[in-house]
Amino acid sequence: MQLPRLCLVAAATVALASPALAADSDTLTIGFTVSQTGKLNTDSIAQMRGFDLWRDEVNAKGGIKVGDKDYKINFVSYDDESQNGRVQQLYTRLITQDKAQFLFSPYSSGLTATAAIISEQYGKVMLTSGAAEEKTYELGNKDLFQVYSPAAQYLAAALHALREKDPNAKIAFVYEDDPFSKAVTHAVRDLAVKEHTAVVLDEAYSGSTADFGPIINKIIASKADALLGGGHYADGSTLARQLHDQKANLKWVTLLVAPDSPNFAGLGDAATNISVPSQWEPQVRFTPDFGPTAQEFSKAFNAKYGVDAGYHAAGGYAVGLILQHAMEQAGSIDPDKVAAALNQMDVTTMFGRTKFATDATEHGLQIGHDMVLAQWQMKDGKLTKEVIWPAAGKTADIVMN
Amino acid sequence: MAEILASVIDGVLIGAVYGLAAMGLTLIWGVMNVINLSHGAIIVFGMFALYSLSPMLGLNPYAALPIGVVIGFVAGMLLYWVAVHRVIGRPPLMSLLSTFAVNMVLIGLGTAFWSTSPYNVPVWLPSVSWQGYTYTGTHIMAAVLAAVIAGLLYLLLYRTRIGKAIRAVSANRAAAELSGIPTTQMLALSFGLGVTLAFASGMLIATLFPFTVLSGGAYQLKSFVVTVLGGLGNPAGALLGGIFLGLIEGVATPFMPVSWMPMIEFTLFVIVLIAFPRGIFSYSRT
Repeated sequence: MQLPRLCLVAAATVALASPALAADSDTLTIGFTVSQTGKLNTDSIAQMRGFDLWRDEVNAKGGIKVGDKDYKINFVSYDDESQNGRVQQLYTRLITQDKAQFLFSPYSSGLTATAAIISEQYGKVMLTSGAAEEKTYELGNKDLFQVYSPAAQYLAAALHALREKDPNAKIAFVYEDDPFSKAVTHAVRDLAVKEHTAVVLDEAYSGSTADFGPIINKIIASKADALLGGGHYADGSTLARQLHDQKANLKWVTLLVAPDSPNFAGLGDAATNISVPSQWEPQVRFTPDFGPTAQEFSKAFNAKYGVDAGYHAAGGYAVGLILQHAMEQAGSIDPDKVAAALNQMDVTTMFGRTKFATDATEHGLQIGHDMVLAQWQMKDGKLTKEVIWPAAGKTADIVMN
Repeated sequence: MAEILASVIDGVLIGAVYGLAAMGLTLIWGVMNVINLSHGAIIVFGMFALYSLSPMLGLNPYAALPIGVVIGFVAGMLLYWVAVHRVIGRPPLMSLLSTFAVNMVLIGLGTAFWSTSPYNVPVWLPSVSWQGYTYTGTHIMAAVLAAVIAGLLYLLLYRTRIGKAIRAVSANRAAAELSGIPTTQMLALSFGLGVTLAFASGMLIATLFPFTVLSGGAYQLKSFVVTVLGGLGNPAGALLGGIFLGLIEGVATPFMPVSWMPMIEFTLFVIVLIAFPRGIFSYSRT
């Protein structure tokens, strides 16, 4: 008789000590998935580091003050393996089993589109970073809020900067066959056609492409002066290396996402003069309404992780700041009140301006934030990333090959 | 015209490396009737072997190749005794499941060690330019080394007693056993050689392109297509099949989106399986 009783006491002790049951009502649970593995892991992990830095700073200061309570932040996250199927399964789990009160998006437009179906189904507020494609925000969602500039803006600056330097440049569009890259490239291709710029190649490739040789031969045959496109880190860095190895002789190359990562400098000469549309760069000089400046954030990020922050990390940090501000403004953690505060928000943080569309046709779409164009430039034998556009915010002049 | 020629040359160069990868798959199939589903993961381990031996230890990538070949052979023999030996002669599903399990274990181990981030082995060789198109030295070197390794395999199989024994086991294991050939050792040796070829092709591919732990799937699929083109169980056919596949890619890509190539390759795969089940280089249709 003693043994069953002992087991019962032990079980009760373990249950009481478990984090889920021990969490008090002053803890706020935020759920999300991270692509710890799979093709999106480089960018997704950077985004997660932004989330983590924000949480650690908030908790170190005693939590978020909402009304007369201080809420500590608790994250629940899983590895989505860069797969849609996993995202669908895990966001349902985050809501139904882990009882996440708010959600952050996974990384990438494709995965976020899947997560948004689940978050809307359960009426959960989800802030998205790393998810620029507009389509997801045009489906009548009510609790989805985009922190990044939308996809259509990504390459517009590159096109304008290129035309300023070479109005007669012939452009090749070569891009990953995924929702984000297609949305971005199709938008700028249409803009280029409208502005009477010669488009000499339009070619999509699979994200798992390792051999870009046939595509580079097409670029050379097209006699293009400039290449705009790319996709994510793995394919973008491969394309950059092979463009260099095969001497594609382009005057201008702008690739999405990959060149933003500090790892991109590891390509050496192949990275030189490649530009990237960026949601944020450490050099930006916004005057934040709340939270740290870009320089303070960069310093804290580098101190914690030993690497420089790119825009994925900054975006991750910014979603935390914005959710925090919304709760503080709402004076409540009630999702409807927080959503209402987000709808009214028009603020500037270290990430730039944030304002969400409230029109039902594009609710949650980011309409306040502006992008910059950065370029890897070789200075004294060392690669550095400089802001080259817009002219008002540039830290260096544009360099053509 | 120059573009087509450039694409054809590129296709042949890379096709030779695909052919080398497929030789490993087809050798194992030909000798022991095992479809090795861990083939892609082994190619990836070859890539990471080069990454460990070259940038990390400071060895020249091509000097690291013989070391990698020895590692691949030892790993292949070990793999045979652990995962394949017990399922030889049993229903094909058993060997499929066994090698698939090995594939999952290897990918899991690789992910734990190296995550799924891209890696790169910096190699510099002088390139050749012609009419605005550049053929990189690494591609030329990889094709030449693939041909040399294929030649060495040919010499082993057709000019040595061990090769004769392997071919005897492949033709009729029972008869080979009655003739005094240690068939089990020959099977282990063949599996070791198959894994070595996959390992070597992985090392050569790593000199050309960046890679991740998950890169093996694409090369495994290409190996299947090449194997079917060249004829299952025919190592020389696999090399020719690889070059033929490269040629098709080279001729087709100037005229259509590159993203259509997998569709074309697998259509060809099905057509060859139906019309030429012994491969396009066999003289008779069966």
